Amino acid sequence: MAEPAIRYPGPLQVPDASGHFGKFGGRFVSETLMAALEELELAWRTYLADPDFVAELDADLAHYVGRPSPLYFARRLTEAAGGARIVLKREDLNHTGAHKINNTVGQALLARAMGKRRVIAETGAGQHGVASATVAARLDMECVVYMGAEDVRRQATNVYRMKLLGAEVVSVEAGSRTLKDALNEAMRDWVSNVDSTFYILGTAAGPHPYPAMVRDFNAVVGREAKVQMMDEYGCLPDALVACVGGGSNALGLFHPFVDDTDVAMYGVEAAGRGLSGLAHAASLCAGRVGVLHGSRTYLLDDDAGQIRHTHSVSAGLDYPGVGPEHAWLKDSGRARYVGITDEQALTAFHQLTRLEGIMPALESAHAIAYGMQLAARMSPEQIVLVNLSGRGDKDIQTVAETEGLSL
Amino acid sequence: MNRLDRRFAALAECGRRALIPYITAGHPHPDWTVDILHAAVSAGADVLELGVPFSDVMADGPVIQNACARALEAGTDFDRVLAMVEAFRRDDEDTPIVLMGYMNPIERRGQERFASQARQAGVDAVLVVDCPADEAEPMRQCLAAEGLHQIFLVAPTTTPERLARICNLAGGFVYYVSLKGVTGAASLDLDSLAAPLSRLRKHAGLPIAVGFGIREPAQAAAVARMADGVVIGSALVNRLDRAGSAEQAVELTGAFLGPVRAAMDAVGEDRPASAVNH
Repeated sequence: MAEPAIRYPGPLQVPDASGHFGKFGGRFVSETLMAALEELELAWRTYLADPDFVAELDADLAHYVGRPSPLYFARRLTEAAGGARIVLKREDLNHTGAHKINNTVGQALLARAMGKRRVIAETGAGQHGVASATVAARLDMECVVYMGAEDVRRQATNVYRMKLLGAEVVSVEAGSRTLKDALNEAMRDWVSNVDSTFYILGTAAGPHPYPAMVRDFNAVVGREAKVQMMDEYGCLPDALVACVGGGSNALGLFHPFVDDTDVAMYGVEAAGRGLSGLAHAASLCAGRVGVLHGSRTYLLDDDAGQIRHTHSVSAGLDYPGVGPEHAWLKDSGRARYVGITDEQALTAFHQLTRLEGIMPALESAHAIAYGMQLAARMSPEQIVLVNLSGRGDKDIQTVAETEGLSL
Repeated sequence: MNRLDRRFAALAECGRRALIPYITAGHPHPDWTVDILHAAVSAGADVLELGVPFSDVMADGPVIQNACARALEAGTDFDRVLAMVEAFRRDDEDTPIVLMGYMNPIERRGQERFASQARQAGVDAVLVVDCPADEAEPMRQCLAAEGLHQIFLVAPTTTPERLARICNLAGGFVYYVSLKGVTGAASLDLDSLAAPLSRLRKHAGLPIAVGFGIREPAQAAAVARMADGVVIGSALVNRLDRAGSAEQAVELTGAFLGPVRAAMDAVGEDRPASAVNH
């Protein structure tokens, strides 16, 4: 089996040494966590430069995760869109069914190298929770996953999956009872158990070094895609499309292409019931700059600076902030950010399912929906590469509910 | 020298340790907060810490989370918090007020405007929980321009390098977080406090207050032997949660803080002299 050919580039030009992406990012946390973040940053820089560590990570990605994930030309989806060719990066075929495992495999190896025996994680849709519980089981670590009570209800099968894997799932009743509240609770746990515990943050948000570290662990997606595009199509894609909640799958795809300025980048946010109202989770499209969960970034708040409740049919995008690197990519103009509504995402879910026999996660369905819109405006010789970040098995209950069915 | 410096200097002179109660502004009801602040002073509070409610209090435990949620539900916004401080100042010119809160509501107002409005209302210092020394410079300058101190936290996990940097920026007093955890945690270990506090004393050059996990008079007294000030938050807020009227809130505040004050004063004499002499 082929090992991924590309080495880890290590920390790149952003963030700077203090963890800032231009004016975004940074480390806005209570003093109690600062030493732990410094320790984590040192470990990350040290181990990602260590050939033995990188070799073990590459081997795990190949033999445990199942990388490289294929590119798939979606012929019938392309016909339905009527324009550019739509190619899917099949992160849904990874072990545990999403891109999340790329990051948890990396962070768990880091935790072990740092001598931590207990890991904690926050989760929205449950994919990151499952991916964390999975690697914890394999490395024989104690695992606690924080999940908003609303998400526990929406994603019951993933909750059970985590329990089967030996994790404790803590249902968080505070606030909007979704991902942001799970993240608050995980931070509280970390502050209280900082000596023994490694916090496996699931998205490219939070205080430095998480945004850069999670990006780097997911950048295998974009590195592979680049090689695969050249091998299979002899060119780079004309556009990249990925959904953005916190933004880890999008950054994983985008990051290796940032310097390829002919490749357009589109991040797709959850427009929920529409961007004109408040029932959405599109912080880049409709938010403003503030400080949440340890970094300065775009977020959704009211005029008093209180974080707003958000809405998306997809639990994994239902988050009022976004990773600071996306904020930086937006302001620099390198990437563009757009919104897809619940209804559009559900339509795309059904289309991909019926046309290609691939059931996407509702998060990824947002990217599919926009990928089709974009392709329709482009010519047939062009290529739109969509990150199919996860599979939809976890969402069939939610989809059934939208049709008035209960399974 | 602002009201906070004058207060600590006066306390040092008479050998009294500062009792610093924390309450969340607007909890349990916005109309009662000013009365609660006065009641705290009557019961022996020397410095008041007033929490600005926020929707996502990442460093706080369940008691203050709940207090913030109730305060926000009751319509407590930043303008209202400032109005409370102004109203308090009409009857109390001397007791320093420290605002404690999180970054985002300050960002939304704008740091300069926030600092200027806070000073005009009668605030003396600001503690932003999620603004460590590394990110503090713009904020500290805005506050300093208005003569306000920025209070910084020092934690058991703070490294010596960080400690030096924090002490460089800190004004007013240094707030030592007595445990690894969130506010209101139950496991304060008094024996573990002595060593870090004496290390901190060497660097600080400012009065030292200790908070997190202090809930009983006996604990407050033990901490008063080692520090210049004792912060009590969740234990008081938890009691106030049960108040059904302003009168009850005032009564609960006095009943809780009175014994704490007495216990702290009872140990005043046998405590080693403060390193800080103004």
